[in-house]
Amino acid sequence: MATVHVDNQRYEMDDKQNLLQACLQLKMDLPYFCWHPAMGSVGACRQCAVKQFKDESDQHGKIVMACMTPVTEGARISIQDAEAVEFRAAVIEGLMINHPHDCPVCDEGGECHLQDMTVMTGHNYRRYAFEKRTFRNQNLGPFLNHEMNRCIQCYRCVRFYREYAGGNDLNAFALRNIVFFGRDKDGVLENEFAGNLVEVCPTGVFTDKTLKQHYTRKWDLQMAPSVCVHCAVGCNITAAERYGMLRRLVNRYNGEVNGYFLCDRGRFGYEFVNSQRRIRKPLRHGQPVGLEDARAGLRKLAAGGAIGIGSPRASLESNFALRSLVGADYFFAGIPGREAALLKLMLEILGNGPAPAASLREIEHSDAVLVLGEDVTNVAPRMALSLRQAVRQQPMEIAERLRIPLWMDHAVREAVQDEKGPLFIAAASATRLDDVAAATFRGAPDDIARLGFAVAQALDPAAPGPEDLPGQTRELAARIAAALKGAKRPLIVSGPSLGSAAIIQAAANVAWALAGAHLAFTAAEANSMGLAMMEAPALDAAQAATAETAIIVENDLYRRLPAAEVDQLLARFGHVVVLDHLENATTAKAELLIPAATFAEGEGTLMSSEGRLQRFFAALSPTEPVEPSWRLLGGWNTLDEIIRALAEAMPQLAAVREAAPAASFRMEAAKIPRQPHRYSGRTSMLANISVHEPKPPQDADSPLSFSMEGNPKQPPGALQPFFWTPGWNSYQAVNKFQEEIAGRLEAGDPGVPMFASGGGGHAFFNAIPAAFEARAGEWLLAPLFHIYGSEELSREAPAVAELGPQPYVALNPEDAAQFGDEVELMGQRFRVSRIAELPRGVAGIPAGVPPFAGLELPAWSKIQPIQ
Amino acid sequence: MPDDKPLTGNMRSDGVALDLKAYERAGGYEGLRKALGGMTPAAVIEEVKDSNLRGRGGAGFPTGLKWSFIPDKAPHPRYVVANGDEMEPGTFKDRILVELDPHQLVEGMILAGYATGADIGYAFLRGEYTVGAERVARAIAEAYEAGYLGKDILHSGYSFEIYLHLSAGRYMCGEETGLLNALEGKRANPRAKPPFPPASGLFGKPTTINNVETLCNVPHIIRNGAGWYRGLSRSKDGGTKIYGASGKVKRPGLWELPMGTTIREIIEEHAGGMRDGLQLRGLLPGGASTDFLTGEHLDAPMDFAGVQSVGSRLGTGTMIILDDKTCPVGMVSNLEHFFSQESCGWCTPCWSGLGWAERILRAMEEGRGKPGDLEKLAFQARFWAPGHTFCALAPGAAEPLQSALKHFRADFERHIDEKRCPWK
Repeated sequence: MATVHVDNQRYEMDDKQNLLQACLQLKMDLPYFCWHPAMGSVGACRQCAVKQFKDESDQHGKIVMACMTPVTEGARISIQDAEAVEFRAAVIEGLMINHPHDCPVCDEGGECHLQDMTVMTGHNYRRYAFEKRTFRNQNLGPFLNHEMNRCIQCYRCVRFYREYAGGNDLNAFALRNIVFFGRDKDGVLENEFAGNLVEVCPTGVFTDKTLKQHYTRKWDLQMAPSVCVHCAVGCNITAAERYGMLRRLVNRYNGEVNGYFLCDRGRFGYEFVNSQRRIRKPLRHGQPVGLEDARAGLRKLAAGGAIGIGSPRASLESNFALRSLVGADYFFAGIPGREAALLKLMLEILGNGPAPAASLREIEHSDAVLVLGEDVTNVAPRMALSLRQAVRQQPMEIAERLRIPLWMDHAVREAVQDEKGPLFIAAASATRLDDVAAATFRGAPDDIARLGFAVAQALDPAAPGPEDLPGQTRELAARIAAALKGAKRPLIVSGPSLGSAAIIQAAANVAWALAGAHLAFTAAEANSMGLAMMEAPALDAAQAATAETAIIVENDLYRRLPAAEVDQLLARFGHVVVLDHLENATTAKAELLIPAATFAEGEGTLMSSEGRLQRFFAALSPTEPVEPSWRLLGGWNTLDEIIRALAEAMPQLAAVREAAPAASFRMEAAKIPRQPHRYSGRTSMLANISVHEPKPPQDADSPLSFSMEGNPKQPPGALQPFFWTPGWNSYQAVNKFQEEIAGRLEAGDPGVPMFASGGGGHAFFNAIPAAFEARAGEWLLAPLFHIYGSEELSREAPAVAELGPQPYVALNPEDAAQFGDEVELMGQRFRVSRIAELPRGVAGIPAGVPPFAGLELPAWSKIQPIQ
Repeated sequence: MPDDKPLTGNMRSDGVALDLKAYERAGGYEGLRKALGGMTPAAVIEEVKDSNLRGRGGAGFPTGLKWSFIPDKAPHPRYVVANGDEMEPGTFKDRILVELDPHQLVEGMILAGYATGADIGYAFLRGEYTVGAERVARAIAEAYEAGYLGKDILHSGYSFEIYLHLSAGRYMCGEETGLLNALEGKRANPRAKPPFPPASGLFGKPTTINNVETLCNVPHIIRNGAGWYRGLSRSKDGGTKIYGASGKVKRPGLWELPMGTTIREIIEEHAGGMRDGLQLRGLLPGGASTDFLTGEHLDAPMDFAGVQSVGSRLGTGTMIILDDKTCPVGMVSNLEHFFSQESCGWCTPCWSGLGWAERILRAMEEGRGKPGDLEKLAFQARFWAPGHTFCALAPGAAEPLQSALKHFRADFERHIDEKRCPWK
């Protein structure tokens, strides 16, 4: 720490920081553009200028950029100094010369950092009297709108896109006051994190194209703290509503999880909530019925004897409500046996093994990583962004040796150049992280597991290893082991994606053979881990169950099992009741179909792949008859009631109570408003229906209110709907809510991590599979994951669907040589995709893409030429 | 070799470059033989420090001191970069050095390499210097053949490679860290300092960057000694300087003269004075990014302290002269157009402010000047002050503007009052 005087006031500042960050951390207002809390300083915009004085007697001082000046003991600076104030106003004036001043028609208006900073510096009178420069905008795909005339050349976009996220199709072109930020030609931005430019851009150059289709100003949005449902990572989001429609999602800062960034599937997948295929009314035999009628029917059928099939995309509460309704013996996890076993294995490893589960923050700070059997970018996308930062950890020591402060981003990158820390990726095919990997290994699932076992044995001779490993693989294992051993914070990433227990066991062995290693598992869906914690038998067991009725909650069984098996299963029951959001093959089989709330309309708790219990809250006001499944299933009036029952019935999930404060929680006797205090139209927005202002809906399930009334102070992290503070209308307001910049939220990072400390000792796994052998005429079908297309709900969002793949069969070019451009698989024709990275004997098919969605993979299958 | 003109004295008047033999005949590579034959790198640095050689690219940093910043234990490979991206308007001194005596540069680079323990040198030349590039390339090839470059130079155990790189053509490539980025194949934006290139330079490795003229002095210093070199000068700064004059003088050109020769002597004796019928109105002493001086400053010696004492900078030592029949506003407008066009677009005062000032000046020239324009220009010039911007481009652009506003204020005002350029 260092003592620094700011405008003659004495402060303690962290001497590892720069003055801008330190001032912001002390909640001072100092404007900036190019600095970003996750990306550090580059000194481009010159907006954060302050006056620095040599000592107490120095009356003149000099202008310095706060972001480029380290905090030093005894430093004296002034933010209020007249010259500094004039300089900062001049910078804004310079930035605004070419800006179109089109705030009224700009989507950023009302949450624009440029607006905020302009107001903060006091620049308002225009002196520039010449023409403005203009650009031609580009079509960048379905996610982002491009309006370059608004650009202020802060370079944040290219820094994020290229340097942070590893993209290369967005660049800065030309120079002086005509720098163009875009692609070399129109086209979809390739990087999976491009959507973050919406928040990274301080003004309206990159805005949310999906929001544009149903645009609403930020101040008119009713917002709720929520959790992304499009994978198991558990990124925190703010869901935003107006007029009963989910308008958009933005990032919600969680220092331990997603920090400042989301993936594009998470950000843009939300439109399934607004889909035309939503189930909006209860239906019996396809005919609309009233909700009470439907619920009575449900109760009656349940009383007559029913099994319940839960879901990894339904909340703990909804699964528990179903389990309670049908009885524990009749409750089945809605996932196939193999997946259930893999999840159970992962829980066993995290719960009882010595290696703790890594949060995304810990992943980001890992200095050596082995990825075993996962295509992280396409399965757990946000985790891949963290891994991309992890490879910078070891090389950062170069900068430290040169005494370059780590926040000095470009100086660090110039010193480090292309040096990368050790990241090893063993996967079935190429992955989007290969460009930063020290080495990659391609193999069939069994061979990936064998490599993992060999690494574990190289680390600890007590761990079992494969006998007959090829020399090259053994050398690679030794190299990986050496890199992990030499690391301070090693990490093993693995998961169930390739359907292999051996891979997961090998990953555990590696982690356990190392002191201080963390494990990061992926999982398929938002609550896969939570469902597994409920220890229910798998879907396969339901095939033997006897009951009159099957009640299926938020689960399209046709994505779990082959269609014939599902048909067979459902045929066993006299009545099929389905609760879900969207029409699908399973809802088509329902005698009684009841609309279930999505994450945006209800609340509940999810357990992420890290083992973090996180609560999401409704952003949309309750609209009959759409209710969360747990309420529809009956027995509980409020969320707190069911949570209490759940915690009592399942001690392993008792911590669910701590995921967020109970509904009775108050901030100084007041609720927490979902609407900003500037929310407009309250008295008039429904005047076409009634001129009487309706009473705001009551929320008995949370401490949040569906109105602008309430306490605007900072609530506990799990309850914070949005970040706003006077003068800071953009997302950058988050600075004001953190303990330290880019650190923990002052009111606590949301979520209860269940496996953060690691358990006791655990014996090494020793079931090492035999080496993979290709077969003649048959291929091992392995899933290839797609960020856009493999996940069920986001497939229903038009923008995401646009980027998804058509079904294909991928083969190694040598294997494909015997076929033409199409092959026959399972009696259907498919396009052949030739992928050199795919091992021979393995055929890749797109995971979750019909007609492959219900296949349990990997599986052997014949592939034939087209007759 | 005429003793008083080490840099240019051997050059042929027919424009043909000295080849290796001719260079050796004139004492070439004797400095290198002397250094490798018994001087330690520290002794070479000491000799250069002792010579008072200061950088000839504009900033005038003491060369020996710069070399001493590479720590003994610094990692390898280390680099030496010759900055020959001579794009400063009015400046063409490095051009004759690379075109007429390229071995001087090669030998200077090897000596700089030896002194700093460098492994690799890059000669970075302005893209338009195609003749110079050809000749430097030939000189490098000859030096390799003669064993002055490559492995185990002159059996000394010291190895050094030189590569020639032609700039893709931006003023920013001449800013030393912009140059490093350009060499790495990146946008030629400047880098933050610190860290300075001796700590983290080309490809993140310790790097010494010197101007071409600076490096060309080094072989002579090593060969003849620091004392001899200091003796060439009329001032505290050692050696000779290639001075130049452009504008409407009788004989524009370049002359190698003792450091500290007065402006008057350069203009009146060497450049032959103003063309008939023209009076000197002002001059930029060291290229476009130096403050205007006027007739009252002609007795200032052209050395670092001398020019500074009258309110400008020696810069590159090649002056641009303004006469009384040329519009000073037009001249400044031209200069600011150049700087604005060459801004890399990184920091706001530069990319935004230069574009604005350029437009105000152009409008004035076109008779569209407005009251208040001069205040706006003065404001911009202050806005571009050193420390306000990321590199020295905009502060350099401020120098002719702020000094023109001071010395030629009446001319600016006439443009506004008369709504036209009085010279047109």
